[in-house]
Formats: sequence, structure tokens, C-alpha cells
Amino acid sequence: MHPQTVLLYDGSFDGFLSCVFLAYEQKLKHPIIRKQSQTHHELFTITECVITEEQKARRVWKGFRKKANATERRDFFKAFLSEIKGVENTLFRYMQNTFSKINNPNIDFSNSDILKISQVARMVQREKHRMEAFVRFELLKNNVYVATISPDFNVLPLLTDHFKDRYADQKWLIFDTSRKYGIFYDLISVEIITFENFSNIDSKIIKKNYENEEINFQKLWHTYYKNVNIVSRKNTKLHLQHLPKRYWKYLTEKTIH
Amino acid sequence: MSFDRIEEKLSILADAAKYDVSCASSGGKRKNHSKGLGNNTGMGICHSYTEDGRCVSLLKILLTNHCIFDCAYCVTRKSNDIKRAAFKIQEVVDLTINFYRRNYIEGLFLSSGIFKSADYTMERLVAVAKKLRLEENFNGYIHLKSIPGASDELMREAGLYADRLSVNIEIPTISGLQLLAPDKKHEDFIKPMEKVKNEIIQYKAEKKIIKSTPRYAPAGQSTQMIIGATGESDRDIMYSATYYYKKYLMRRVYYSGYIPVLEDNRLPAIGTEVPMLRENRLYQTDWLLRFYGFSVSELLNESHKNLELDIDPKLSWALRNLNLFPIDINTADKRALARVPGIGMTSVNKILQARKFRNLDWTHLKAIGIALNRAQYFITCNSKDFYKKELSAVMLKSKILKNTNSKYNKFFNQQLSLFT
Ligand code: SF4
Repeated sequence: MHPQTVLLYDGSFDGFLSCVFLAYEQKLKHPIIRKQSQTHHELFTITECVITEEQKARRVWKGFRKKANATERRDFFKAFLSEIKGVENTLFRYMQNTFSKINNPNIDFSNSDILKISQVARMVQREKHRMEAFVRFELLKNNVYVATISPDFNVLPLLTDHFKDRYADQKWLIFDTSRKYGIFYDLISVEIITFENFSNIDSKIIKKNYENEEINFQKLWHTYYKNVNIVSRKNTKLHLQHLPKRYWKYLTEKTIH
Repeated sequence: MSFDRIEEKLSILADAAKYDVSCASSGGKRKNHSKGLGNNTGMGICHSYTEDGRCVSLLKILLTNHCIFDCAYCVTRKSNDIKRAAFKIQEVVDLTINFYRRNYIEGLFLSSGIFKSADYTMERLVAVAKKLRLEENFNGYIHLKSIPGASDELMREAGLYADRLSVNIEIPTISGLQLLAPDKKHEDFIKPMEKVKNEIIQYKAEKKIIKSTPRYAPAGQSTQMIIGATGESDRDIMYSATYYYKKYLMRRVYYSGYIPVLEDNRLPAIGTEVPMLRENRLYQTDWLLRFYGFSVSELLNESHKNLELDIDPKLSWALRNLNLFPIDINTADKRALARVPGIGMTSVNKILQARKFRNLDWTHLKAIGIALNRAQYFITCNSKDFYKKELSAVMLKSKILKNTNSKYNKFFNQQLSLFT
């Protein structure tokens, strides 16, 4: 029995692409690609830590670009952001399949990898949409509109354009408290930020730093939300289907009393 | 501003506006220009949902609920003894901007009771939109209600600032309108609709020649009909809807189950169940007309005046036309695929793509996500195993109903159980 090669990477997209590069270089047909943080020891495997190299990553992406159209590339990236265990292996096979083809787009939905990627991409896309909808900014004294989220998937990279286009004349910060990084817009560009002291973004501290009128607008929004409800049409099932409880924590209208 | 006073007004004027079901903020893209506030991607985001499961995407309020008219079906009617309030123009502007900046909303939907006159009211609605666009550089979504009877000049100006304009016909038949809103004339509704339609046509023509032609109501116009207030049939409603879609180039027609708010012997009594399931079936029919290539007379006609409540309108149509089935999934054209119960437009497109590579069988169809519990009786695929025509339409219907646990089905049972 052949020992299986496990490639470990740092969790970044470039890191993953570096693994793909290495797999092709060493002609590994069926490597297992996994985040370093997910390592566990197995018998009969060869484990290799892959160093992230932007150069190599870029070469892989350039090759992929020639074979996959914009939607396919976007789906590929979204599926990666799902962080679902083992998704790297599906992505790798998907890439192999794409590279080996002459000119066919990836629309053969009877191929299970292709179907899987498109389904996972759709889940990630849905979470992205939910965040675009459910983010609630709170205005702080320093004139920054701040929101914290903890989405199911790592969607911050997908949110940048939307919020930058929409809120071009206000400073804002969206912080992912599970993954401990945020995107910050300073009226010019969006940057990725982390905090040395993570508790800086704690909800109590945010509240303490509310701009004077902030709480009033939150109350007005709550009032509005209460008053648009039509009691005789109450439909809790439908309500929860659209607004699953795990998202309520984001929503000013659900959390304020 | 005094927040307490604003809060009181907001509660009154949001409450009065909520019966207008249109919530769409989609269509008619608007870019954020010169780094201002907001954009409209044309996709429309629901930022929240009410407890009745409706999308909240706009700040939907009345400018005032003072009204000189007395339409029977309306809470705001003159003779109704309720609290009245009125927003100042600037107050609406401030609320919109502050809600928008916090990502609560996609924009504003401003309607109003008619105070003094149609023009006086319309002028104020336009003033809000104008201020938002010109003073606040706001590029989010604005939907203004066209006040029946407003002048052409005001309607022209309204369209320069608003994304969408709407007049609610409310009552699908002219006779119903005469009964319930005796002081409103059918022509008054039609007039702003006609003007908006003509402006849109003119804009599209001029735009081709002069690039800088100012945009006019890029998200078009819509209207709403109240369902179940005057004993109209589904056929009446859908024929009216079709007429408004065609004649006034409506983007959307909304159907709103009548919610009894007042005792009035011309109307269903207070406490009468809101016909939500019927409303749902009408939306499904609307959908079939706009996206699935059905014509209204196929779905509703002299011998079939009302939609069936227990099954969706496509299944209902298919059962009435069993002679057209089964169709072969691997060869049927797009139009025929779209007519199969249980197959939505997304699945149609997937089938068209996937069958280029191989002949599809049941497993493939399942993976693609079509509702086989309905579709299986109407199709054949790459398998010897398929439903042989043996049951009559009635028996097939009860078989399907027994085997489906569709969300409508449950909903239907729920509504029924209220009466037992
Ligand atoms: S004119 Fe409009 S606001 Fe006034 S009563 Fe009639 S429907 Fe209601």
C-alpha cells in the first residue's frame, strides 16, 4: 500500500494554491490537503508542511484563469472560504479536472465534484447575503460605524466591495469575532485589521463609546420594527425560516428592549 | 430633534403604512456617485423580517395619515376615529439617512393620506425625495406613492428623484371601486399611471439619442390589489393584473389579502380570516405568467374561475392537461420543461446544461434538486422505470397530495384546522 501524502498549509488561499503547485510539481495524484491547525497523526501517511509562496500561488491561479470562467473562479474561491473540513480535496480534484480539459466549462452537474462545489459556493453566497442584510452598524464617538459578526463561513473577503460601494462617505469597521479580524474603511480604501488586544471590540466597550444619538436611533428602529408587524398575519414558521434564531444576535430590532 | 415626539409619529405612521405590501427594492440600478451615500445594486436586500414573515427592506411610512377621503377598506379613512400625525419633510429625511447609514434599510417608501389636495400632497412627497437626492447625495432606493389625481408636472418631477412610483388600484373591478371608494374616480388612478408610463417610454427613446437625459423612475411602476374585499374571482384579479402589466408596463402587481380593520357592511367582518393562502396562489400564478411562459387564459378561464387552494397553479394546470404529458427530460425544449410541476426555472437551466454531457436518469434529477414527488408523474428520463398513465386526474391529485409534504400543504392544513 502506498503511503498517502498529507500537505499542510497555513489556512490562507495562497497557502492552498501553493499546495496545488507542489502536488503538480511532485506529481502527487491524490494528496490530502489540510490546514495545519487541523493536523492529527495518522499511520501510513507522509506529512509535509507547505510554505506559502505568493509566486507559486499566482502561477496556479493564472493557469486556472485560462481554463475557468469568472463565475467558476468565484465559486471556487467561495467554496474555499466555506472552511468545510475536506473541501480542499474536492477543490483539488475540481482543479485537476479543469486543467485536464481542453475547452469545456464546468457545468457538468452530473459530475459530483462540480455539483458539490457549486452547492457549497451557494451556501457561502447565502451567508454573504445574510451578512449584507443583517450587519447593524453602531456609530461610535470617534465617528466610525462599527459592526461585529461571527458568520458560519469566512465571508469578510466577499463583503468588502458591497460595503465600500454603499457606504463611501462614512468610516466603518466590520469585525469577525470568531476569526478575530476585521475590514476597516477609512474613506479611501478598505484594509484588513486585527487588534492586539482583542477585548477592544467587546460589546460593552462599544456601548460605552456610543455617539450621543446612537441609542435613540436604535430605539426608533425598534419602534418601527414593532409597528410594521401585522398581528392577524402572524406566521412564526415563515418568520424563523427567513430569520433563523442564530442571526438574531446581530439585529438591533431583536436585541434592544 | 425631539426623539419622543418622533417616536410617537413613527409608530402611528409606520402602522398606517404597513398594509401596503410592496416591499421590493429591486430593479433599477443606481450607482453611488461622487462618493456619496448609498447605492442600489438592483438586487434588493431584506434587512429584516416581520413576525408575519414579510421582508423589511424599506422605511415604509406615511408622510401623514390625515386624509380628506373615506375609502371603506382603509384605516386612514376620514371617518375612522384614530390618532393622526404628520411628519415634517426634514424629519423623514433624517430618519431615512440615519437608518440607512446603520444598514437597517435599502431606502424609503413614502406614501401619504391626501390632505388639502392631491397636488399639495404630491408636492410634499416629491420635496422629500428631492432633498434626499440633492442635499444628502443619497443614492439608495426611493419609492414614492403617486397620489391619484396629481398633476402631470408633479409626476414628471417625482420620477426624476424616485426609483419607483406606484398607484394602488386596490379594488380589481370598477364596480367594486364605486362601492367602496365612492369619492375616488377610476380616471384619477389611471392618470398618474399613464403619465409615468409615457415618461418612461420617452426617457428610453431620448436616452438612445442624448446620453445625458435625466433618468426617470428606473425601477418603473407597480400597483397593488386588495384580495377578498369585494367577492371578486381569481380570474377577475389576474385578468386585471395582466391588463395593468401590459397597458401600463407595470414592473410588479402586488396582491394583498384583505385585513378587516373596520366594521362596514360592505366589507368582510372584523375577524374574518386573512386569505393568505389564496394570496400565495395568486403570486404563484403571477410568477407563472411572467417567467414560465404561461398565458392567463391557460390558468384561469370561464370554466376555471378560481385557483385551487390545495395544489399550486402549475400542478393544477398539468392535471387539467394530462394529455400533454409525459415529456422526455432529455429532449424536451426549455418551454416544455418549465411547464412540468415540481421543476423550477433554476432546475430547468441545470437540466439543459447537464444533459449536454449525458442522458439524465432519476439520480441525476434528484441531485439537481427537482421535486420528484410531483414531477415523476409528468416526465420520462433515461430509465425504464417511469409512471405509466393509469390514474385519472382526480386520483392522481389525491395521490400526489398524499405523498407530498409541501410547505403549502402544511399551511393549508393549518388554515383548515382553524375552522375545526
Ligand atoms: S385616499 Fe388613500 S389614505 Fe385616504 S382613505 Fe383613501 S386609501 Fe386611505
